[in-house]
Amino acid sequence: MVAVGSKCRVCKGPAIIDLPRHNAHFCADHFLELCRRQVAKAIEKYDMIHPDDKVLVAVSGGKDSLAVWDLLIDLGYKADGLYIGLGIGEYSEVSGQYARAFAAERGLRLIEVSLRDDYGYDIPTASRATRRVPCSACGTSKRHLFDKAALDGGYTVLVTGHNLDDEAAVLFGNTLRWDVEYLSRQLPVLPARSGFPKKVKPLVRLTEREMAAWCIVRGIDYLVDECPMAAGNKHLAYKATLNAIEQESPGSKASFYLNFLDNMAPLLAGRSASATDALGTCTSCGAPTTSDLCAFCRTAAKARAHEPVPVELVLSKGRRRR
Amino acid sequence: MKVLLRNPRREVDIDGRRSVNSLLAELDLPRESHLVIRNGTLVPGDAELSADDVVEIRPVISGGC
Repeated sequence: MVAVGSKCRVCKGPAIIDLPRHNAHFCADHFLELCRRQVAKAIEKYDMIHPDDKVLVAVSGGKDSLAVWDLLIDLGYKADGLYIGLGIGEYSEVSGQYARAFAAERGLRLIEVSLRDDYGYDIPTASRATRRVPCSACGTSKRHLFDKAALDGGYTVLVTGHNLDDEAAVLFGNTLRWDVEYLSRQLPVLPARSGFPKKVKPLVRLTEREMAAWCIVRGIDYLVDECPMAAGNKHLAYKATLNAIEQESPGSKASFYLNFLDNMAPLLAGRSASATDALGTCTSCGAPTTSDLCAFCRTAAKARAHEPVPVELVLSKGRRRR
Repeated sequence: MKVLLRNPRREVDIDGRRSVNSLLAELDLPRESHLVIRNGTLVPGDAELSADDVVEIRPVISGGC
């Protein structure tokens, strides 16, 4: 028996998704149209990508990065992908399979970098060697390798799949600490400067629920399982808090982040200039840094000097801590 | 109905008909952080689920930053 359900706001056909923040339901076609429109609006409003840009998309095998790559191709941009093998056990093996399958099925170019094979370490080992949380070693490694791959490959724009929930959660954390330095840099576009490519986040107007729905409707297979090393991190706690607010007051996440960009970010513009002006060059790799060795080279050196640590060992220690 | 849950992957049997929103509330899963797929198709919160449906409740939150 087919139940009489809600109707699409646009065509009145059967709806497949409800979006409380828009106070509306949508059918598959009009939901996809909404997503395309939101991405196109972000690209235009924040001057993210021009038709002649050479675009590189950082791809993890998860929903957001595959969705943003798919959306850019769908909107007519030419974009290659970059996958970094982080060495997080089976999780990394499977995530790589999803990224490769997505690229192969669409005839897209995927560049691959392996932390273990190319740099002699992996994230579990780096976490143990630096005595820092895994997400810290992971972020440091990925940011450096994203920048390097973009610059080495002559790409003019580096795209990441950060969505509205990601940005709202980071904004929430930065606001709780009133970290003006980080707040002043939390923009959907970071312009190119010496040693850094232009970085853009075309999904900032779309939630991760919408991005998962995009993948399901478009038939994109992605890694649903969560990174085992991210469990219990602050970012997830901030997201849960914001989603609890969103449930009570739909649209709160969007107004929190997008109104920050419109109303607060202009007031903070230039506040991080002192830090960027003071950047020197890493004596090992030549990347911009505030000290002799950049954070990536310091992390890599410590991790390479450490015996390889299986991901299970780091996880079991983390669980004991909690 | 058979309901597949993720992270960790597990399956539960639920008796009787109910709406998507009722099922999520019963399982204490926030609507904003989950999607529901019935027999391979995405369905909104007010969709009715029958006893013979195969249902997947997919979490949408990623922890990376």
